Amino acid sequence: MDALNTINNVFLIIAAAIRSLFADPHSVWANLTMDVINFIIVVIIVVLAALILILLERKVAGWTSQRPGPNRLGPRGWFQTIADALKLMGKEDITPAGADKFIFKIAPMIIFSLPMMTLAVIPYGNGMAPINLDLGIFYFLAISAISTVAFVMAGWGSNNKYSLLGGMRAVAQMISYEIPLLFSLLGVVMITQSFNLGVIVEAQKTVPFILIQPLAFVIYIIAGLAEVNRAPFDLVEADQEVVAGPFTEYTGLRWGLFFLGEYGNMTAVSALAATVFLGGWQGPAPIPGWVWFWMKVGIIIFFMMWARWTFPRIRIDHLMHLAWKVLLPLSILNIFLTGLGIYIYRLVMGG
Amino acid sequence: MTIEKTEELLLNMGPQHPSMHGLFRMVVNLEGETVTKIDPKMGYLHRGIEKLAESRTYSQFIPYTDRLDYLASPHNNWAYVQTVEKLMGLEIPERAEYLRVIFGELARIASHQVCIASTALDMAGWSAWSYAFRDRERICDMYEMTAGSRLTVNNMRIGGMSNEPPAEFWPALKSFLDDTPEMLEEYNGIFFGNEIAQGRLKSVGILSKELAENLSITGPCLRASGVNYDVRKAEPYSIYDRFDFNVPVRYGCDSYDRTIIRMDEIVESVKIIKQAVRDIPEGPIMAKVPKVIKPPVGEVYHRVENPKGELGFYIVSDGTTKPARLRIRAGTFINLQMLPIVSLGWKIQDVVAIFATLDAVLGEVDK
Repeated sequence: MDALNTINNVFLIIAAAIRSLFADPHSVWANLTMDVINFIIVVIIVVLAALILILLERKVAGWTSQRPGPNRLGPRGWFQTIADALKLMGKEDITPAGADKFIFKIAPMIIFSLPMMTLAVIPYGNGMAPINLDLGIFYFLAISAISTVAFVMAGWGSNNKYSLLGGMRAVAQMISYEIPLLFSLLGVVMITQSFNLGVIVEAQKTVPFILIQPLAFVIYIIAGLAEVNRAPFDLVEADQEVVAGPFTEYTGLRWGLFFLGEYGNMTAVSALAATVFLGGWQGPAPIPGWVWFWMKVGIIIFFMMWARWTFPRIRIDHLMHLAWKVLLPLSILNIFLTGLGIYIYRLVMGG
Repeated sequence: MTIEKTEELLLNMGPQHPSMHGLFRMVVNLEGETVTKIDPKMGYLHRGIEKLAESRTYSQFIPYTDRLDYLASPHNNWAYVQTVEKLMGLEIPERAEYLRVIFGELARIASHQVCIASTALDMAGWSAWSYAFRDRERICDMYEMTAGSRLTVNNMRIGGMSNEPPAEFWPALKSFLDDTPEMLEEYNGIFFGNEIAQGRLKSVGILSKELAENLSITGPCLRASGVNYDVRKAEPYSIYDRFDFNVPVRYGCDSYDRTIIRMDEIVESVKIIKQAVRDIPEGPIMAKVPKVIKPPVGEVYHRVENPKGELGFYIVSDGTTKPARLRIRAGTFINLQMLPIVSLGWKIQDVVAIFATLDAVLGEVDK
């Protein structure tokens, strides 16, 4: 049991060790050092997630479409993404002559920076949130909403008609799906009376919220897929229609940043789902909390990939129909039912 | 002072575009996402095949026909050699006729599989695409066993077939035919039964019966609009009058029926091949033809039911070894007329899907 506790808290022990190097473990300088280290860890998580997920996606694609997927470079093709990343770095960085240069160049950076900011508030284990914010969910949604702006910037700045169409689709889609996404999380917030993700995980000690809020979970996953532009909601970069949408004119590492951002956002949305609905780092078996957490994230990511390679793309008017006429009323109904449930619970328990 | 006005977005799709099936180009007027006008531009794959025929002998032209509708090359060979045979009045051996039917119907299955696959792919159904292509590979393997090539088969000659299929061809054919119901079930499960796919295809791109007839649409697109017309039944060529098969007709007139009717046709093709395998006689596969093919002076038109539409060859002979004039009636070229008409008012995504359901092969369109 002791060994398990050590493994469970290995990161906290390391953090305490670093802090103890300072004369006063809670001085400004110690906090600043820890913040920098936390930031670097989040960056590593984003980059590593992208590296692994890109390969995993191709493997899942191969599995669903009955072919091997990448299998040449390294053991079972596991070095393929690294080779691809190196190739991307070697590509020429082209800025189209007619582009709005500043906007064109800054858009991929914004998209890449967002998952780093959102992943910073996720509790990866017991007391292992890089930043423990009281408004965690609120902050997460506010930051992820910015990606819409970045897509429009890329679409407008490229000065390309396909990019513009893709950018317009991004606005329509992401703003529409933001609302059911937010409403689906409100039920959990009503139960826990807190926006703090750590508190929400603690509240799922006995029952994960997926069992109490199944409808909200389904709405969250659908809206989350649309929010990160994954198929069947990948209208923004629909290559059969708008070539690559906002990314059409990008080359080399800038294009790679969009890719990293996409996978980072996917990780972030899955991490929030694991935290809010699946009980985060808590689990029934004696496995370290952070392993539980990443396993749950992995399951949701696998589901997203599975859906992407199986479903055809939805049409834009059906997309809007689904958001405003199906998901939004359902999420409001969920809030109403949750409120009713809480009211009855209090009446019965006399709280 | 700035002038504020709204105007339609003029979008050029193709010839290099992911969903333009080769080298098709269309200039689209868009109002938001809605298409208000389509201007199709063809000819990026034009090789002048009709003109080339005038400087090739009758036999030398057969490989060129492979490059028309390259997804169903046996049909092009078949239409051409039958036209020349009709001009010369050649009788070809029974066994060759049966082999031609087998290869023709295999090509129909392969072509329809590509149509289903590319329709799925144009709607981002990646797995459906690879399922259909996986099964088409088996037909390509059978081509390879017989003719050596997998796409441009070219195993028909004026007067018969080039060679007998090898011994391993027949078991491969049998196992393929036995597996087709399972394949179709898979396509149904992954693509046609999908809610999103149905939502995107059903009642989209309506081609009414009148319009289809007026535009002289042929093939599955016509039959999906409720017209029971198939050259194999209307004007039986080769030995099609001996087989028992139905002509699938659907009445939805929409993209969904234009795609799913190909599933029905695969079932019928399997039926025909099974009967052909059962009845095929032993014997020679090549008629006695003169070394130098010199048809008599005259002209001839012959048409066959290509998987994508009616394919006709019109040959004028002046009694020499080369055709004086050769004209190809390409089914998809004529079917493509409907695209600017039926796509109006639909979203750009629907236009991509409608174009896919036409199953256009630019090799045949541009010739």
